[in-house]
Amino acid sequence: MLTKEETHNELFTMGHTGCSGCAQSMSVKMIMEILGKNTIATNATGCLEVFSTRWPESSWKIPWIHSLFENSAAVASGVEAALKAMGKKDGITVLAQGGDGGTADIGLQSLSGMFERNHDVLYVCYDNGAYMNTGYQRSGLTPFDAYTTTSPSGKESFGNQRPKKYMPEIAMAHRIPYTAVASAGYPMDLQKKVKKAKSITGAKYLQVDVPCVPGWKYEPKYSVKLAQLAVQTGLYPLFEAEYDKIISVKKISKKVPVEEYLKLQGRFKHLFKDDAGRAEIEKIQKIADENIERFGLI
Amino acid sequence: MKQVLEGSMAISDGVRMAEPLVISAYPITPQTHIVEHLSQMVADGDLKAEFIMVESEHSAASVVLGASACGVRTYTATASQGLLYMEEVVYNIAGMRLPVVMTVANRAVSAPINIWNDMQDAMAVRDTGAIMLVAENNQEAYDMHIQAFKIAENQDVMLPVIVNVDGFVLTHTFEVVETIDSIEKVREYLPPLNMEYKLDVENPYSFGTLGEPSVYMEARYNLYNAMNFSRNVIIDAAKEFKDMFGRFYGGLTDSYKMDDAQTVIVAMGSVLGTIKDAVDELREAGKKIGVLKIRSFRPFPEEEIVAALKNVKNVIVIEKAICPGKGGILSVEIRDSLLKHKINSVSVNGYTLGLGGRDITPKNIHDLVARAEKEENVDGEFVGLSQQYL
Repeated sequence: MLTKEETHNELFTMGHTGCSGCAQSMSVKMIMEILGKNTIATNATGCLEVFSTRWPESSWKIPWIHSLFENSAAVASGVEAALKAMGKKDGITVLAQGGDGGTADIGLQSLSGMFERNHDVLYVCYDNGAYMNTGYQRSGLTPFDAYTTTSPSGKESFGNQRPKKYMPEIAMAHRIPYTAVASAGYPMDLQKKVKKAKSITGAKYLQVDVPCVPGWKYEPKYSVKLAQLAVQTGLYPLFEAEYDKIISVKKISKKVPVEEYLKLQGRFKHLFKDDAGRAEIEKIQKIADENIERFGLI
Repeated sequence: MKQVLEGSMAISDGVRMAEPLVISAYPITPQTHIVEHLSQMVADGDLKAEFIMVESEHSAASVVLGASACGVRTYTATASQGLLYMEEVVYNIAGMRLPVVMTVANRAVSAPINIWNDMQDAMAVRDTGAIMLVAENNQEAYDMHIQAFKIAENQDVMLPVIVNVDGFVLTHTFEVVETIDSIEKVREYLPPLNMEYKLDVENPYSFGTLGEPSVYMEARYNLYNAMNFSRNVIIDAAKEFKDMFGRFYGGLTDSYKMDDAQTVIVAMGSVLGTIKDAVDELREAGKKIGVLKIRSFRPFPEEEIVAALKNVKNVIVIEKAICPGKGGILSVEIRDSLLKHKINSVSVNGYTLGLGGRDITPKNIHDLVARAEKEENVDGEFVGLSQQYL
């Protein structure tokens, strides 16, 4: 436990209006602990921006800028270029942030540009698997069969009909020096990856699985548990890559059936109604098994 | 030094003299020569700047936004579709009060796709909060870019400035341009950018925060006020430029043969050259005619317009843009300015010409002068249409 004074000294401070159990705000806190005060952050439009900077208040004790939804990576490119031009880049980390929609959908072009130009920027995608800030609409990173308000389940549908876009591999395809996938459920692993990213010059991509209480529809106390189950089922493989080569994976200590993960979340509730739903759960199990096989998670 | 320069060369050389530290752009005709010249200057070491060639106009504007927020001088250039694509960011740059300077090589907007000159692209961003200046020739374009940084960076303005230059007509045309030899003199005119609020690890601020209903209107009002205030700053920048470098093109507007004029032609940009030639001929023929040049479209020079036009009979507004569903844009604003000052004795006739690069000829001007004497308050009527394509 931190004392009240220690909490005040954090670079991402309390007082923001994030939900109870918000795994994104937990992750930001952990990331900022490693990056330190010599960091300039950009932020795509989304939950984090809204709940941390309601003028005149701000939870950020570092220089921080939000511009638009799709340009966090481009704004960060400009920040990095300005620091270089002023001869002040040494010792300063440029952090770009976005949610899964701001990163993998509307922001993919500017992110790809930043990667390709290899700016010295760490881009962090907080992946909660939908447009949560606007009220749980599907994104390109919404998992297969998840209920969202624009991929609802119904007589003709089991929810989101496509599997998650594999964003980390898109990052790797740019041959950037470092790509990593982490989870709010594994703070040490997350911080280790942030530390490593901080030490590397060039473009870095870090995707963090951040369970979302209102979007996934679960009790706030399960945020960390769900993040851990996503990893232990094989649905959210954690790994690191340098350029296009995977250099490490987080092994699953004890394989958990996907059902254990799905049943805690309202967004998969419709799969537990009948045999047809159970057949869908089998499909999700197959996705997990394929991940385990492909990444060598066991 | 007098040189024969293509408009794009003159513009890029003017930008070089302002010494921006970060430039970002994406190629689009007819802006390309400008950014090519700047790239070459950076490659040759003639300009010490980070040149970021990005994957879209949206990112070009976003890169200069991020760099400007760090307190460095920035520049970008675009045209047409590119400007429309970055419009969202232009609003954002203005809203965050960042002094970015950009050139728009004015070009028609698709569809049909057309790479040639008109001013429809500029009209699409007229409410963004960016100051919008319009250059008449290559010399003014060169000088206006240096002035633009001074205006944008004024502590009481802090707004982006768009310098409009007609695509091809200026950007790809060679004219004699007198360039400034002494960069020290430019530095004296344009001191280093000094931003009170910027992204700085020693003094952290949050930019682009959420403005709830209780504060949003005040933020917009402050921007609105800064734009109004910039009128004086634009005029002062022009005067100071004249004192230091000897060239002057008016403040917000400029007059040509306006004494005793009964008919006045109002326009912006390169078409003024053709208009002035036609007016010379008409003057020789004994017509009491003059020209009012709009140098600053935003902020709109209402007072100058009223002062110049209140006693004339006919006003002819030649406009290379149209507002479908209404009519003229500049002509409506001029008519409104006069009516607001209770002047209803002036007939303001707005005509639409030169869309998509169609030439505006001296004959067009002569015809319109003859027409305007018989017509009253024409609202953006198209001139010179080919019946066979309608």
